[in-house]
Amino acid sequence: MAEPHDTAAHADHDHKPHGWRRWVFATNHKDIGTMYLIAAGTMFLIGGLAAMAIRAQLFKSGMKLFDPSVFNSLTTMHGLIMIFGAIMPAWVGLANWMIPLQIGAPDMALPRLNNLSFWILPFAFSLMIASFFVPGGAVAGGWTMYPPLMQQFGAAFPMLIFAIHLMGISSILGAINVIVTIMNLRAPGMNLLRMPLFVWTWLITAYLLIAVMPVLAGAVTMQLTDHFFGTSFFNAGGGGDPVLFLHVFWFFGHPEVYILILPAFGIVSEIIPTFSRKPLFGYEAMVYATASIAFLSFIVWGHHMFTVGLPVAAQLFFMLSTMLIAVPTGVKVFNWVATMWRGSLSFEPPMLFAIAFLFLFSIGGFSGLMLALVPSDYQYHGTYFVVAHFHYVLVPGAVFAIFGGVYYWLPKWSGRMYDMRLAKWHFWLSVIFVNVLFFPQHFLGLAGMPRRIPDYAPQFTDWNMVSSIGGFIFGASQVLFPYIIWKCVRSGKPVGANSPWEGARGLEWELPSPAPYHSWTTPPSAAVLARGAEH
Amino acid sequence: MTDAHADGSNYYVPHGSPWPIVAAVSLFVLMVGAVLYLDGAAGAWVLLPGPVLLAFMFAGWFSTVIGENQHGVFRFREDRSFRLSMMWFIFSEVMFFAAFFGALFYVRMFAIPWLGGEGVKALTNLLLWPHYEAAWPTNGPAHVGGEHFGVMNPMGIPALNTLILLTSGLTVTIAHHALRAGKRRTLTVFLALTFILGFTFVGMQIHEYGEAYTHLNLRLTTGIYGSTFFMLTGFHGLHVTIGAIMLLVIWLRVLRGHFTPDKHFAFEAVAWYWHFVDVVWLCLYIFVYWL
Repeated sequence: MAEPHDTAAHADHDHKPHGWRRWVFATNHKDIGTMYLIAAGTMFLIGGLAAMAIRAQLFKSGMKLFDPSVFNSLTTMHGLIMIFGAIMPAWVGLANWMIPLQIGAPDMALPRLNNLSFWILPFAFSLMIASFFVPGGAVAGGWTMYPPLMQQFGAAFPMLIFAIHLMGISSILGAINVIVTIMNLRAPGMNLLRMPLFVWTWLITAYLLIAVMPVLAGAVTMQLTDHFFGTSFFNAGGGGDPVLFLHVFWFFGHPEVYILILPAFGIVSEIIPTFSRKPLFGYEAMVYATASIAFLSFIVWGHHMFTVGLPVAAQLFFMLSTMLIAVPTGVKVFNWVATMWRGSLSFEPPMLFAIAFLFLFSIGGFSGLMLALVPSDYQYHGTYFVVAHFHYVLVPGAVFAIFGGVYYWLPKWSGRMYDMRLAKWHFWLSVIFVNVLFFPQHFLGLAGMPRRIPDYAPQFTDWNMVSSIGGFIFGASQVLFPYIIWKCVRSGKPVGANSPWEGARGLEWELPSPAPYHSWTTPPSAAVLARGAEH
Repeated sequence: MTDAHADGSNYYVPHGSPWPIVAAVSLFVLMVGAVLYLDGAAGAWVLLPGPVLLAFMFAGWFSTVIGENQHGVFRFREDRSFRLSMMWFIFSEVMFFAAFFGALFYVRMFAIPWLGGEGVKALTNLLLWPHYEAAWPTNGPAHVGGEHFGVMNPMGIPALNTLILLTSGLTVTIAHHALRAGKRRTLTVFLALTFILGFTFVGMQIHEYGEAYTHLNLRLTTGIYGSTFFMLTGFHGLHVTIGAIMLLVIWLRVLRGHFTPDKHFAFEAVAWYWHFVDVVWLCLYIFVYWL
């Protein structure tokens, strides 16, 4: 039995633990946040390499770089790695770093659990990536894992399922930690409607995670027992139904896409007021809009399955409920625009990424509306139009918001300023080539090119080439990002005691930069809180 | 207060704990073992190291926390963190069961009537399964798992098991009231009764499974009826087992004199968990055994 007194004796302000113990036994939210972000970056690189391979194979009609089954493994793994390995851990990393700073808490509420949620991930992804190298190769049925296709693989199939179980445990524990921290550790006086929007959006995201990750676990468990123990959940001969999997999976899957985007809304709502030098327009409306989006996300899952033969009444219901989401999303977009209206805007890298987010996420939102219409979805379903749609919301949506968040808070974390010129290069290369990469995919999809194919009819070649070239340049320019961070941490100019962004408000800016290893060990005073909470 | 708060903080932040990484490694060993077993690469023995490591981890992690608790590290706010996290954990469990209940409702309300040719799906029946008539319980048009199988009688052991679990919900509440009133003797007796009832339930369930397999030809592989029946009751039984072990641990702590009338979070957490498995059972009894 450990003596709490022994360990606590080392808990003084200046000395952090040294060596490997600091990371492996970590309980500090900043250390764990850093590990999350590094892990997310690593997975972004691996998933990105898979994407480069995909775009190379699709460069022109008749390319034979990969076996069709290897190609399908690449698309499957690219999706799973980017969703579960890159974007979600990046959000949890940012939550770890920022939520305690923003609400005046000394740390996350359950520090040991926090460590566990992180350390599950490297094991989960080792299991998943190792499935590439077992006989039969990685699962190649697409990230949605539909039966019976999913079950036609060797050891990769149980490996993927158990990796998903591990990731699910990690996400649920992480989400519980976020909720408890926010509900219990806010500084006195910070009532719910004074919380920064990043905290609000994460609170709602965490709720979604706890509600749907167990459902995903149930769905993949049914696959596992169908395959290995002879159950009949997805076997019509036994009275089951393969479409049942789609229902259970998408009941998870639709809230999941909001898990990927709600924290982005939070970050953009932090950045735009700062660089507009105005308070956020319609703070409360933003909170309610986020909550409405989360609620609606539970009743729209059928729009992923319009072509499987749902009853007409179900199709109509899911179409209308899906289009309803445009209302709270519209509230958000208009509020961001209204925040900038007559502001004194400046265009530092975080703001550039936030503005690009605003434009490009809206494009993804509009193509989502097109897909929500049942009759037009019959045409678009399973084409590159869908690929273009969700990459617009996830890359210039979620990923750009992550970039923006890192560029916004990096001076806070490191106490140093990054190379602004290089960061702007990173922005412009990204924003131009992300469009070269994904915009033509709309045309391809509307012209009828199916997704998840290793080869295509020659008439699709031109736009595929454009898309691939955009992809290669976009991919290559991402190398700048780790370099900028590395350079900043090593030799960036110290930002001094004050906030590097004159327009920034929020408790995190009331702390010195870099934030001390233990921050807010005593809660901020009412005066500090009042200064920080002027939104 | 204690040294844990020597840095002036108003919240206990532990430092340098080895248990989370042990937990992560244990989970990994468990999963790799399951993969090797299912893939046929190794015998059933590979399933063992994972649970053993997990048990070691739970013992170590919990005794650390209990030790901290006995040193008075946890005060009101730490206590509230634990409460909130237990509530949300139970909510996640509810959603896990919801996936399987959802599957049951979907097949009974939609999949099976459609296989029988109801509504717009008449052609499915006509062309694919021309002789199938929708009914419940069923093992599907292909009679997966054999032509004939028996159905669980809700009035036998299941009714008794309902009574047992409901009684155990009552005894744990009596124990809780006794704890709050400082009546340690009543607490000890009724808590013991609770976990004995819990293990009895599990024993009866095992017996019932044996009956199903040997006499009723009702197995996990008996089409969708067998799948939903055994998966739902099986996961529930697993949770009852875990809950009963938790009750046993709490009982041992009571014997050691832990818990006070106004501070006993661990007791309450286990009681909440026990009520949760109780409610799941009521849903099971109604929707799986009875209707």
